[in-house]
Amino acid sequence: MELPLFRHNRPNRVVTFDEYREEGGFEGLKKAFSGMSPNDVQQAVLDSGLRGRGGAGFATGRKWSFVPRDLPGPRWLICNCDEMEPGTYKDRVLLEHNPYSLIEGMTLACYALGVRHAFIFIRKGYEKAAANLARGIEEAKKAGLLGEHILGSEHSIDLDLHLSAGRYICGEETALINALEGKRPNPRTKPPFPAVKGLWQGPTVVNNVETLANVPAIVANGAAWFKGLALNPEGAGSKLFCVSGSVKNRACVELPIGTTLGDIIDGACGGMRDGKKFKACIPGGASTQFLKPEHWNLPMDYDTVAKAGSRLGSGGVIVFDEGHCLVEATLNLINFFARESCGWCTPCREGLPYVKEILTRIENGRGEDDDIAILREHVKYLNYTFCALAPGAMAPLDGLLRDFEDEVREHIVKKKCPLK
Amino acid sequence: MIPETLKTSLEARIASAITAREAAVDVMKELQAHYGWLTDEAVAEAAALLGLSPLQVEELATFYEMIYRRPVGKKVIHVCDSISCWCADCDKIIQHLKDKLGVGLGGTTADGMFTLLPCCCMGMCGDSPAMSVGGVPYGRLTPELVDEILEAERHKV
Repeated sequence: MELPLFRHNRPNRVVTFDEYREEGGFEGLKKAFSGMSPNDVQQAVLDSGLRGRGGAGFATGRKWSFVPRDLPGPRWLICNCDEMEPGTYKDRVLLEHNPYSLIEGMTLACYALGVRHAFIFIRKGYEKAAANLARGIEEAKKAGLLGEHILGSEHSIDLDLHLSAGRYICGEETALINALEGKRPNPRTKPPFPAVKGLWQGPTVVNNVETLANVPAIVANGAAWFKGLALNPEGAGSKLFCVSGSVKNRACVELPIGTTLGDIIDGACGGMRDGKKFKACIPGGASTQFLKPEHWNLPMDYDTVAKAGSRLGSGGVIVFDEGHCLVEATLNLINFFARESCGWCTPCREGLPYVKEILTRIENGRGEDDDIAILREHVKYLNYTFCALAPGAMAPLDGLLRDFEDEVREHIVKKKCPLK
Repeated sequence: MIPETLKTSLEARIASAITAREAAVDVMKELQAHYGWLTDEAVAEAAALLGLSPLQVEELATFYEMIYRRPVGKKVIHVCDSISCWCADCDKIIQHLKDKLGVGLGGTTADGMFTLLPCCCMGMCGDSPAMSVGGVPYGRLTPELVDEILEAERHKV
């Protein structure tokens, strides 16, 4: 079955506007503007079972439904392309090959939500993706598919690019809203939720690139078609898995939701690198728990991965082999989160460097007996933070202590890293 | 003082924004491109253009990874040390860069050409280990490739 996101891709170059159109691009838009009401589009997305591809996996149609219909003033849509989670690079690959699915998806989302003006928030470093989008937006405008009176209708929609200057917290939806307004990108208190009071205090929906890029195919082919793409009834659609670490072919691949972990590694990625043995992986970007060899046949869908004690997250699969020290790997992850903490709330600002210090000591053979207990306390208490950055940071540490406590203890007992 | 043409183009950017401060990041980036880094003078100029206080610009400038509030070399090298690059032995690449350039992380080479900074994920995990030089991304680095890139970037305008 043809999967929607990468089907227009050309090797080593971006698809052209004409190629995209010839292959059925903008058919979803035409269908929506010639007979579907905004509610119909929203219902199709709700029925499709599409879940947010940025990491949280919240049902997209439900998120859209939280926007009050009767509030006066403008409402906003923001596409979150602040992809800075280690191990996650799918949005970049998608946009470097095809900006049009996102442009069409955003136009459809604006139509469904009654939004006149939407933004694409792009991280620093994704200049190629930004250039593709800027060109694509102009092409779509010229063709009457965006801008004033789309396809001769009464609907006008603008898309603007916002290029950021690099900071992981900008991916958090309320921090992103502050960033877009030109304020310091600290997260905002919730409630009120952005759906009610977001950008410039107006109702706002923030969706990830991959989420919105799925919308054209859902509208064009119907909710049932999208659901049917998944390999198991728990899932819906396809997913971009971006694999890195100890595999032969590190690649971003589009696979049906429900593809097993083993099929991703052995199938799409050609197996483990240099004949190494699989030790563990992080399945959904830096803020998820480890999966182990026993999860080799685990179907990768949101609910099943959650039941296995981790999260599908962004689909950033980072693979470790038996030569990798998972204490050092976790230390690397914590170092990332500690560096990227915005410093707004104390537990995150102070707690993450402390965790980093303890893990550094353990890795360097200066761990103490009660370190594991202290780390466990942090896993517990760093959940009580202003936003999800610190709880996200605690996920791999939680996984380390849950699944690889012996490896941590060995460091402490032997007073050195057993893998060095 | 910034040239009048730059000032006019920044004013136009600000005028096209929904609120003036929405353009803050763009203005800081443009001024940084002009001065080489975001000087104190640039902070004051950005504040005047955006209708903010210098402190409000400062709190933005110090927040973002790609805004430099200290002098940097002609080209900034951001070398990724995140988990996927760690799996691909980025430690060796970082050590090689330090040795080759004769600077530590945060340092600028004696000739003022390069500043070396560690960075979080660049979205190049599939092509790790990775770095960017003056905004140009490079992946699948080896020490030999790093040498070639530095040599080419040194002479590229």
